Amino acid sequence: MNAPVKIETTLKDWETDQEVRWCPGCGDYAILKAVQRTLPKLGCDPSNTVFISGIGCSSRFPYYMETYGFHTIHGRAPALATGVKLANPDLDIWLVTGDGDGLSIGGNHMMHVLRRNVNMQIMLFNNEIYGLTKGQASPTSREGTKSPSTPLGSYDHPARPCAFALGSGARFVARGFDVSKKLPEVLSAAHAHQGAAFIEIFQNCIVYNKDVFGEFASPKGADAHQLWLENGEPMLFGSEKSGGVKGIALDVEKLALKVVDVADGDWQAADVLVHDVTNRSIAHMLVELPFGPFPMALGVLYDDPRPTFEAAVIEERAKSSAGKEANLAKLLAKGQTWTVDDKDGHPA
Amino acid sequence: MASQAADTNLDETPEAIVVRFAGDSGDGMQLTGGQFTLSTALAGNDLATFPDFPAEIRAPQGTLFGVSAFQINFGSREINTAGDAPDVLVAMNPAALKVNVDALKPGGLVIIDTGEFSKRNLDKAKYDVSPLDDDSLAKWNVLAFDISALTIEAVKPFGLGNKDALRSKNMWTLGLALWMFDRSRAPIEDWLRSKFKTKPDIADANIAALNAGHAYGETAELSGPIKQTHVPPVESAPGLYRTITGAEAISLGLVAGAQLAELPMFFGGYPITPASAILHHLAQLKEFGVTTFQAEDEIAAICASIGASYAGQLGVTSSSGPGIALKSEAMGLAIMTELPLVIVNSQRGGPSTGLPTKTEQSDLYQAVYGRNGDAPMPVVSCSSPGDAFECAIEACRIATEYMTPVMLLTDGYIANAAEPWLVPDPANYTSFPAKFLEEKNAKDDGGETLLPYKRDEKGARPWIKPGTPGLMHRIGGIEKAVDTGHIDYAPDNHQVMTDARINKVLGVAVPDQDVALGETSGKLAVVGWGSTFGPIHQAVRRARAKGLDVSHIHVRHIWPLPKNLGPLLHSFDQVLVPEMNTGQFKTVLRDQYLVDAQPLTKTSGQPFAISELETAIAKFFDGIPDNEGGTVPASDTQLPSPMLDEG
Repeated sequence: MNAPVKIETTLKDWETDQEVRWCPGCGDYAILKAVQRTLPKLGCDPSNTVFISGIGCSSRFPYYMETYGFHTIHGRAPALATGVKLANPDLDIWLVTGDGDGLSIGGNHMMHVLRRNVNMQIMLFNNEIYGLTKGQASPTSREGTKSPSTPLGSYDHPARPCAFALGSGARFVARGFDVSKKLPEVLSAAHAHQGAAFIEIFQNCIVYNKDVFGEFASPKGADAHQLWLENGEPMLFGSEKSGGVKGIALDVEKLALKVVDVADGDWQAADVLVHDVTNRSIAHMLVELPFGPFPMALGVLYDDPRPTFEAAVIEERAKSSAGKEANLAKLLAKGQTWTVDDKDGHPA
Repeated sequence: MASQAADTNLDETPEAIVVRFAGDSGDGMQLTGGQFTLSTALAGNDLATFPDFPAEIRAPQGTLFGVSAFQINFGSREINTAGDAPDVLVAMNPAALKVNVDALKPGGLVIIDTGEFSKRNLDKAKYDVSPLDDDSLAKWNVLAFDISALTIEAVKPFGLGNKDALRSKNMWTLGLALWMFDRSRAPIEDWLRSKFKTKPDIADANIAALNAGHAYGETAELSGPIKQTHVPPVESAPGLYRTITGAEAISLGLVAGAQLAELPMFFGGYPITPASAILHHLAQLKEFGVTTFQAEDEIAAICASIGASYAGQLGVTSSSGPGIALKSEAMGLAIMTELPLVIVNSQRGGPSTGLPTKTEQSDLYQAVYGRNGDAPMPVVSCSSPGDAFECAIEACRIATEYMTPVMLLTDGYIANAAEPWLVPDPANYTSFPAKFLEEKNAKDDGGETLLPYKRDEKGARPWIKPGTPGLMHRIGGIEKAVDTGHIDYAPDNHQVMTDARINKVLGVAVPDQDVALGETSGKLAVVGWGSTFGPIHQAVRRARAKGLDVSHIHVRHIWPLPKNLGPLLHSFDQVLVPEMNTGQFKTVLRDQYLVDAQPLTKTSGQPFAISELETAIAKFFDGIPDNEGGTVPASDTQLPSPMLDEG
């Protein structure tokens, strides 16, 4: 792979002339802007960037990005993107999917693109509902979600996208939400990661699942309910205003995380954990933290690169081609052959 | 017939002989057959083979469903089929005898390993009484002896246990077969030495068994019922030959097609019988710019291939019926986004899991019609292993020249069967280099603009690789606006785009249909496609030799059909369409040409026998002298079994 050349662009360069067709007030608008703000900062080249999506509200995303774009079929974007990346590893690929597209119909492909570690950024817009099909419960809907297909409330247990990603072998797992000012930072970290970078983005579906993340995503919930993780920094949240500064510590007895009070800023005294993005064990605990008793863990939860799939494919191809000549005529005549002479006995 | 053969002597030179090796699936019958095929090809005979094995990898030993067989038809004339009834059957155990003996020609020779005829094995084969002890085998010549014991004896010097020693039984049998048909043992010895390079003892033991079988033939000739037969070489076009299976030919054809298109190839596959062999072959050919990707499922395999095509490689995916069904939605995406793609379908018996290792042609509807929406796709079908090479190149050509997915139909029979192949010279093929758009292709008020769906004279849109500076655009499965490719649900636009997709595919240039054998008009046309070529060809040949006005037409381009096919069919009084399904191509022909095509169908998982087709052809000639009820006896160009000596 060639080192990417940094290009100077502005937000405008990343906007298409297409009319955006999301519902007014949809969280997708904010995510779109966050992406369009981030890419110029990273020096990305629109000609070298590909947005690939499946089906659903989120998957309309590529139409609004002045890059290469492929709006594929339901759930299959990870597979298609894998082929694109293997055919041209130099391309910068962003996958756009949702909770239904990425975890229900496309759950299998999501698992495999993560475990193979194909180098791309995967943005999963989680609104806990099927929007484009008019509001049915999705695999991330909370138990009891009332919807046209679950009139008395859903009763299946919701999937946790980041836990799924980590369990599938992802080497980068992050969380953000649509209107968060910190979303560009999270996207930048995902872009910097070499390998499959999974980002769960909580997204407000104002028509079918309004404010389902309001408790932590609204400004008034920010202090008490957002735990922004920074590598090398203590896991602190809350303020005096929200009822005190708190931290996350390890309950060694139970081998679980716990919330502790931090007095006078002395987090060391409270045994608050320092976030280490390469600590896979803690990452497993962070992705499983139940919201309510715990704040929502946001930011980069885990980041520990290992060699990518496309690098391995390239290496294997080089190894298995080494010293071999690509001579088709010789290939066709391989194996045990015999010659039939012409009738006069002249060798053919 | 057997009595005619009684005088057969060493000088008898039959035109063609059919031998079937049958045994337990662990007995190495496919290996034996494969090596016998090689020696036969090296002896200059034309040949065709039919491997027939169970779906189970290691079926319980000795059972009827665990029987594996390999049939080969070879001769000094052109051979197109694996033969109807064997002249010789080698049965390695009671189950193999039971499953196969009824196929044997009356008077044919059956070679039996009595070492396997224990009470236990007889029970497993559901024999109440050993067939060696009653007269149930009376109409055949039986040569029964203890091959197991003879093998153990032969490999004794190598210190193998009985179990390991018995693994050489197939080589002993092969040795006997090589003697019977006057074949050289040298290439088999070479093969054994190379196969067991790291285990010279095993190689030596196998060669000893091979030699012992051969020696047994020489000795038995003095007192036993078998004789040595020499089948002279066939007259073939001069040139370099090798044997090839359909799976090999498709792999090589795809590599050749990608080279002619001047593209790297991306092959996305998922394991499925009988298509996996193509993935295995291509995985060995990375130096030809081939990337193979074993995906998590059939859908991912095709989607990754579409992704690779989008990025500028030649995407190829391969499967069999059930997997093709899973890929259907993605085929629609390739049709909508107008990207090149080759989809290989190695058909097998269906529906559902069906008969994984048996052959059928029942995916024709699926290939031509089997997608949601009006989703036209060219379909090319292979008629033999060698033909598969040409068809694969043809599929690559159509896919890249017309920016369309193409389905290449083959089947389990072609995939596994071997035939001698005149090695083609790649220099004789015309290349069709793929072109990529490098700059904007239209003008508007503001200057240059890009129209990703602007069509060329063939109706194809430009191929634009992501990464090309300045040509950013979006494609997808939603209906596209004419030229711009923007999302467009407008009624008129959908009409125009549907027509454009249909007309592009209907406009694919395919060669005019030729007549494989016979005339361009007459009483009866037998119209086939795919792997039925061999039996149809031979049956028509025989019928014509009897003076019947019948011709053979074999269609390679299933969609679009050759432009002259309609008039050609209408120039015959009758049209018979034999196929290994319930009449799918017949329906297509009726629909396209309003021709009264008559079906001849077979769905037993086995190829047509020549005799079945001869009978069907003869029925069309009721009313001609000596043929009331279609009873003109088949002219038997296959001589009766020549190895017999009843005296």
